[in-house]
Amino acid sequence: MSDPEHRDPERRRSPLHEVHAAAGATFTEFAGWSMPLKYGSELAEHAAVRSAAGLFDLSHMGEIVVLGPEAADALDAALLGEASAMETGRAKYTLMLNAEGGVVDDLVLYRTGPDRFLVVANAANRELVASELRSRAIGFQAEVQDESDDIGLIALQGPRSLEVMTEVGGFSADQDERTEQRFVELITGLRNYRFLAAWYLGHPVLVARTGYTGEIGYELYVAPGLLPELWNALLETGRGSGVLPVGLAARDTLRLEAGMPLYGNELTALTRPQQAGLGRLVRPEKSADYVGRRSVESFDPAGHRILVGLVSEGRRAGRHGYAVRAGDDVVGEVTSGALSPSLGHPIAMAYIDPDAISRDLAIDVRGTALPARVVPLPFFTRPDRKA
Amino acid sequence: MTGEQDLQYTAEHEWVDADGDTATVGITAYAAARLGDIVYVELPGVGDEVVAGSVVGELESTKSVGELYAPVTGVVTEVNDDVASSPEVVNSDPFGAGWLLRVRITETPELLDHAAYQQLTGEA
Repeated sequence: MSDPEHRDPERRRSPLHEVHAAAGATFTEFAGWSMPLKYGSELAEHAAVRSAAGLFDLSHMGEIVVLGPEAADALDAALLGEASAMETGRAKYTLMLNAEGGVVDDLVLYRTGPDRFLVVANAANRELVASELRSRAIGFQAEVQDESDDIGLIALQGPRSLEVMTEVGGFSADQDERTEQRFVELITGLRNYRFLAAWYLGHPVLVARTGYTGEIGYELYVAPGLLPELWNALLETGRGSGVLPVGLAARDTLRLEAGMPLYGNELTALTRPQQAGLGRLVRPEKSADYVGRRSVESFDPAGHRILVGLVSEGRRAGRHGYAVRAGDDVVGEVTSGALSPSLGHPIAMAYIDPDAISRDLAIDVRGTALPARVVPLPFFTRPDRKA
Repeated sequence: MTGEQDLQYTAEHEWVDADGDTATVGITAYAAARLGDIVYVELPGVGDEVVAGSVVGELESTKSVGELYAPVTGVVTEVNDDVASSPEVVNSDPFGAGWLLRVRITETPELLDHAAYQQLTGEA
């Protein structure tokens, strides 16, 4: 056995670090942070999210606020998506591109007011996204503030997440009526990619119906100091329903089953959105010019590798970096792969040559050719979503 | 069944229970926990000759792959078929039902005792 663990005292710690340590978490390095890899069994954590709900610490994510009378225009020029077309209370999944049309980061954009947006970036790209937003906002009446250290983030994901959110107590609605009952009404009616500005124990909290697991769920943006109390309250409330804290190991298998890209694996500065199955995010009707527009709109996908889902039999999984072969030809490369805990067979996302899609494919698993079949993404759809 | 204190260990986190010329081999609880929930185990075949320090199998979790090294030189006399069908046994009982293979020893390199292994893993 080889030991993959590395120790680095320079890693940043979540405001929930002590809570995780007390719960017996194993920590891992992620984008300069020490974050929980798992608390006990990552398979049990994965299953909890599919059958009940799981609670995730996402303190490592970057939260960048863009505000000012021309905040929407500045974001229109900076991002692929159309911020100015969003209503307050809406969230949008979008990309920041470079001049060549490659992906700088994938982002969730929240419109928190007529003149105010929250941009959520991947931990590893936080500084880059903030500095790009600043330089791209020059000439607009808009300010870019990296508030990552002042905004904490946890997520509750799974079929029982709404039940836990309505039973936990302490939340009230940010309306004329600041009552718990009004909060319960509003969150019960909250649709996908919408959010509520609410209160938790007198502190502002943004409750968003967004996530990275393929389940119904909520992401909660609050002051970091409030995280331990909210975390413990949610776990305590959900305990009888099978809610577990969930680490990054299960987060990765959950998002993989849901066919969601991970920056650094499926998305890089060299990836065009169309290659990653994100061509729907490129909207020719958008009026504003934006960084990368010419490149991304004129991109001809012919001859470029595209992202596909691959499934195999047995229990051995293809993993990041493994070659995909058609006969003796290398026709692609796995970007993420695992034995799917929900499906019981290996799944992988891979970039492959488009003309190889109809050939007999195999993943080279450390010298063994594992036959693989192309399937549409996602691999897993929650039961109530199936047609 | 020999207690953990009386087993011998490798720096690659295998344990060895030597009984006469036969060694029973598994991975330690430390290694199993580090690897995560084990979902696939590949072991050598009965009759295979193995050389101490060489890779003879693999253990996979959802997140990672760990290589199994032969702690002794010899011939494989038995493998634990139960772990192939129920790999989670390696996590739940690494020193018992989660044993991996038995080897008829022809040569044993220097192995670690329990205290030295605990020192290695920082659990002393």
